[in-house]
Amino acid sequence: MDPMITPLFGFVLALSIVIPVLFVLGVRYVAYRVAGRPESLHIPATDLFPVPRFASRWQAIRTLALVTLLGMGTGIILLRFVYGLGEVTNLSNRFPWGLWIGFDVMGGVALAAGAFVIAAIGHIFGMKRFEPLVRPAILTGLLGYLLVIGGLMVDLGRPYNVWRPLVHWQHHSVMWEVGLCVATYTTVLFIEFLPVILERVNQFKPVAKRLPTVPLYRLLKRISIVFVILGVVLSTLHQSSLGSLWVLLPTKLSPIWYSLYLPLFFWLSAVAVGLAMTIVESTLSSKAFKRGLELDLLADLAKYAAVVLAIYLVARMVDLVVRGAWPLLFEPTLQAASFWVEIGLGVMAPMILFSLKSLRQKPAVLFSGASMIVIFGIVLNRLNVGLVGLWPYTGQIYFPSWMEITVTVTLVTIGVIAFGLAAKYLSVFPEEAEHKAA
Amino acid sequence: MSTQYKTKLSRRAFLKQIGAGATAMVAAHLLSSQVQPARASTGPNGQTWGMLIDLTRCAGCNSCALACKAVNDLPNADVLPSGLSSEAYTFVDARPVVTADGQSETRSIKRQCMHCLDAACVSACPAAAMYKSEAGPVIYRAERCLGCRYCQMACPFEVPSFEWYNGITPVISKCWMCYARLQEGEKPACAEACPTGALRFGRREALLAQAHAQIDCDCDRYVNHIFGEHEVGGTSMLYLSDIPFEELGFPVGLPQTAPPEETEKIMGTLPFVITGVAALMAGTAAYTHRHSAHTVEPPQRSDEQEA
Repeated sequence: MDPMITPLFGFVLALSIVIPVLFVLGVRYVAYRVAGRPESLHIPATDLFPVPRFASRWQAIRTLALVTLLGMGTGIILLRFVYGLGEVTNLSNRFPWGLWIGFDVMGGVALAAGAFVIAAIGHIFGMKRFEPLVRPAILTGLLGYLLVIGGLMVDLGRPYNVWRPLVHWQHHSVMWEVGLCVATYTTVLFIEFLPVILERVNQFKPVAKRLPTVPLYRLLKRISIVFVILGVVLSTLHQSSLGSLWVLLPTKLSPIWYSLYLPLFFWLSAVAVGLAMTIVESTLSSKAFKRGLELDLLADLAKYAAVVLAIYLVARMVDLVVRGAWPLLFEPTLQAASFWVEIGLGVMAPMILFSLKSLRQKPAVLFSGASMIVIFGIVLNRLNVGLVGLWPYTGQIYFPSWMEITVTVTLVTIGVIAFGLAAKYLSVFPEEAEHKAA
Repeated sequence: MSTQYKTKLSRRAFLKQIGAGATAMVAAHLLSSQVQPARASTGPNGQTWGMLIDLTRCAGCNSCALACKAVNDLPNADVLPSGLSSEAYTFVDARPVVTADGQSETRSIKRQCMHCLDAACVSACPAAAMYKSEAGPVIYRAERCLGCRYCQMACPFEVPSFEWYNGITPVISKCWMCYARLQEGEKPACAEACPTGALRFGRREALLAQAHAQIDCDCDRYVNHIFGEHEVGGTSMLYLSDIPFEELGFPVGLPQTAPPEETEKIMGTLPFVITGVAALMAGTAAYTHRHSAHTVEPPQRSDEQEA
């Protein structure tokens, strides 16, 4: 790091925290605190910098924490584009991919898999009772993909060239397939979600009269099955391609994870996590929006997840035995430990929990089992492939910097906020709206 | 910076045509350089340029590294590089070794891009920013690069370097076998600068034959292994040594086949995956919806009446 840069770097970072905090607290409030308060604190409503009024101390702390986080995230992204990736990340030529690829992109795409799994169950396999879960799943998927794109834009060295794979087709490049799938599937997800937005737009008569939003809505409803099928095809390609990326690294990735069948494993685990994410997201949103929990539906999803996990587990184990890599699992290494946490807590345990009918109908078991799939079965798996499994080759030279972690947390937070806003203003949970209206 | 050369690039094999009509050909190939092959990887192997690096002859003088910096206009041209970076396409690695007769010595190993015949970085690149010229060199052109760094991940020799401290326009740096000089009929700068004959430049096929002959007639001098002959499917840069390569910091356990073969197999199945999944899904949907007529829900929601 250039010694001249360091103070400037810290200054920009400090500003990115201070400015948003000032905006929330109010510049005037801070000024009063520092310089002493005038006689009256009565501030007219038209004041440019009003003193904020929070419902409770807890809400004030929450808002402040949120604003600080968003400010820091923005500041770090700014610094990354001014000084370069090396300044904010721990990446190096020996370890060029880190948390942003391992978690934001590989994890993010997997966690968005609910959109294609639930849409396929509800619309293609014709199980209409799952209909209430489709919209939230598609919203989660869409937001997930937007966050993946956000993460990529920060991680790519030259993001303004991101369109190039769409123009210069490279049939041999897995990364080309990844790029193409991100672009097309995000579009498909948007089209799948568009009816939800149009329902809202159509309520505004002036807009609906001038723009063809009503016919567009009808058209989308009529041809929705095309986009559902397209979504399944693109998801299959994309989920598996993130595994194929690592097939090109036979000497670098630990044999515990390296396999020619990585694309298959990534796809299978994505189907399982698609089901699990739907359970997690339904449970959380039922708490947040105080709506009922579709327990029967979720228990069925858990049953399907158990089946998929069983297939996945057998495939992984057979692969390890056939390749002769299984002795590595019993060596006292970090990699072996991480593998057992991934498989034991993320695959075996939830598989057992979900295969027992009496257990999977308890909301607490549903939620914890699904969370285990998400956290250990998928996120840890992607981190194992992207970080931990590379350490035996590279040496333990990379661990994400606090700034990388902050950007990741910021992106996820934005996603959660966006989900909340969408759920508030759009009919994402349609059955609930009907209940209210009735 | 290195980018200034990229505008001169053309991927055609130029050396056949060097001579009278060269100037006209340069113009023609500049125009045609926009057209790229759909498939990357291998050029005509026998005709590929290569370099035979005889480690027993290397004196560690660093002439090659400095010549490289000067010719390629790299920053800090008078500083000896100690690793591959955006400032150095090549460097001379000094390694302590124990020779066959038990003496401790320091050996010098020139390192640079190996210019693989079927290069993983070329296969990895989603925009053909990294491409294999027909003459052999693997060449990078910044104007297409996304900065995804998959080439760095893919390279089994850890050659491509990224500019970690450039915010907006970072580029990948690596040896390009002085492709601009090749086009003008000259040797790469390092081979030209080498005073001991450790760097021999020529057609890969011929160099390989020479190397085998050298091993055969001088069997005590060299280990019976030409590094680069079969590693990752073969590389344009070939090494001869008297000390086993794994003791000199060369990567061990490299496959004899090119890693892109596996991913390209996977990519080859995609048309079938797409058709298969689409047909399966469409068929299932047609079956499950066989009784349902198209019902279009009214666009207005029930809230509206409420409001």
